[in-house]
Amino acid sequence: MKIRQYLAKLIDVLLPVAAMLVALLVGILLLLLLGTDPFEAYSALIQGALGNVSGITQTLTKATPLLLVGLGICIAFRGGVINIGGEGQIVVGALAATAFGVGFGNLPALILLPLTLVSGAAAGLLWGGIPGLLKARLGVNEILTTVMMNQIALRLMNFLLRGPMLDPEHVAAGTSIPQSAALPESIWLTRLVPRTLFHSGAILAVLLALAVYFLLWRTTIGYRIRAVGLNPHASRYAGIPVPKYVTLSLALSGMLCGLAGAVEVLGVHHRMLEGLSGGYGFSGIVAALFGKLHPLGAIPASALFGALLVGADKMQRAVQVPSALAIALQGLVVLFVVSSDLYVRRRTRRRVGEDGPDGPIEGNGDNREKSEEG
Amino acid sequence: MVDELLTVSTLIGILHSCVRLATPYLFAALGETFGQRSGVLNLGVDGIMLMGAFFAFYVVFEGHSLWVGVLAAIVIGVLMGLLKAFVSVTMQSLQGISGIGLYLFGLGLSSLLFKTLIGSVEGVSGFRQLPIPLLSEIPGIGHILFNHNALVYLAYLMVPVSWFVINRTTLGLKIRAVGHNPEAADTLGVSVSGVRYTTLMIGGALAAVGGASLSIGLQNVFQENMTNGLGFIAVALVYFGSWRTVGVLGGALLFSLVNALQLWVQALDIPVPSEIAVMMPYIMTIVVLAFTARQIQKPAALARSYERGE
Repeated sequence: MKIRQYLAKLIDVLLPVAAMLVALLVGILLLLLLGTDPFEAYSALIQGALGNVSGITQTLTKATPLLLVGLGICIAFRGGVINIGGEGQIVVGALAATAFGVGFGNLPALILLPLTLVSGAAAGLLWGGIPGLLKARLGVNEILTTVMMNQIALRLMNFLLRGPMLDPEHVAAGTSIPQSAALPESIWLTRLVPRTLFHSGAILAVLLALAVYFLLWRTTIGYRIRAVGLNPHASRYAGIPVPKYVTLSLALSGMLCGLAGAVEVLGVHHRMLEGLSGGYGFSGIVAALFGKLHPLGAIPASALFGALLVGADKMQRAVQVPSALAIALQGLVVLFVVSSDLYVRRRTRRRVGEDGPDGPIEGNGDNREKSEEG
Repeated sequence: MVDELLTVSTLIGILHSCVRLATPYLFAALGETFGQRSGVLNLGVDGIMLMGAFFAFYVVFEGHSLWVGVLAAIVIGVLMGLLKAFVSVTMQSLQGISGIGLYLFGLGLSSLLFKTLIGSVEGVSGFRQLPIPLLSEIPGIGHILFNHNALVYLAYLMVPVSWFVINRTTLGLKIRAVGHNPEAADTLGVSVSGVRYTTLMIGGALAAVGGASLSIGLQNVFQENMTNGLGFIAVALVYFGSWRTVGVLGGALLFSLVNALQLWVQALDIPVPSEIAVMMPYIMTIVVLAFTARQIQKPAALARSYERGE
């Protein structure tokens, strides 16, 4: 019995890895069809991401926003809601952090840095909280509202970066690159490895992963978020204010994405510019799924997908295989991971009655859909 | 300058663009309506559109005729629909998330193929304007409604066709039954999986033609991620239109009207912060969804996997 349980757990962890391998196999087929050498491409990818200090630090730098977004996705999922608004939440987080950091640039760094981070987090909280509130109070599908909020955020960014937030130096110099003024150097996040982009935001992200784990599994709030995600009807009968926790999980999810935007600004770019969200809102979903929607699982998962993104860029430069391959592979990983859940669900159902209902991630699918009605 | 915007000819121009630009929204959203009426939420529409746009463009770029391009889009759309159906019907995966997978797959693959097979942004000569005899000569309205290319007419033709298929045919009855109560439909001998596979393939084909309408009908180029999230809007339009084809038409026209206005504002160089203006349809969609979410009758089994009892 014990061994079977252990094996089942092991398979749960290995399934995403298998999904990744199948995706890579499909990638080989694709590359062969396109007449490129897949092994040359893949070795360039791995070499680029992990082959030297520069590659590894770039991988970890990319993994940082992925982890923050992934953590947000974990909370949303556990709370029974889907947050597709990561892109928009990153953008508003970055915009708010930049506006605050530049606007109050004369404050001492010790005060300015935390407040800048808080501004980003607060903007994300708002951007995720609105769909949360609409879902909780009016039953509006959060998938649609988060998608709309993405578009609104992008338009807002276009407007602000071409108008109110445009770098005055650029205006003076007559160039019109849509980007903001730089943040004061005193609040730039410390570079962990000199002469690379790898910054202390990574430490913050890992600490937050631990915090999210603690929140979800060691506090009443987290317990209620998960209860609502598993079964909103039962939760209501148990006296949990379901709407409040639906709003909360989307708001917290948005907050972490907003923070990702702020950290990107403070750690990497030091100003707001277009394209800053870089698809992290979607890649973060992939990383979270890959980490089995567990905050600690999201740590290695985001490192893996960070490596994929960095490696793909290097591959494009080294052997001219387009980096878009990485996006297609992410899509395949998602398709395979969600498909393999069928197996997990079936086994979970068989196991009910033997060891009690375990494996809640997969089970919450059906309940989520029901929750949409209420 | 405001006077300039309001001359009759400008107004006709804007409305003409509005009718024309609704094309991709219409194809994609009507396709999505089929899927959602049968209970499957396909969030991967944008990825399918990109694949359709690429294949149609590539076929035409290689010297084949425009209709062969459309056919290529249909084939790839059906295949993408099959993939979605396999993942969400056969493997019963979470529909929202599998759609994101499909989106990323289509986005990545279309870019990969574009960069490998074509490389740089090229143009093709797409569908030409096809004025309808007599009707197009009606002053004003003739130009607005009857002076478009074939894909634009086809998109509007799909509105009554979709309505008819969903509301007046046996297939449509099955689609609605499966979307409303799969258990009951199954009891009556309707194949839930069969119907959902069918609607997803129809939806895939329409979404891909919607993509093609961009690459060989409206813009006549292919660029990476050229839909720019249009497919996600199409999904929302189905909710916006309360799962009715006429409602979808209204939503599509609303979005295209704003797009058209934006184009003209830019063309006439009017100093309006157009980024603010283009936010409006998204905000309006949220507001409409907020007001109607509780009232409208959505397919009861939407986004719910169905597994036969044993």
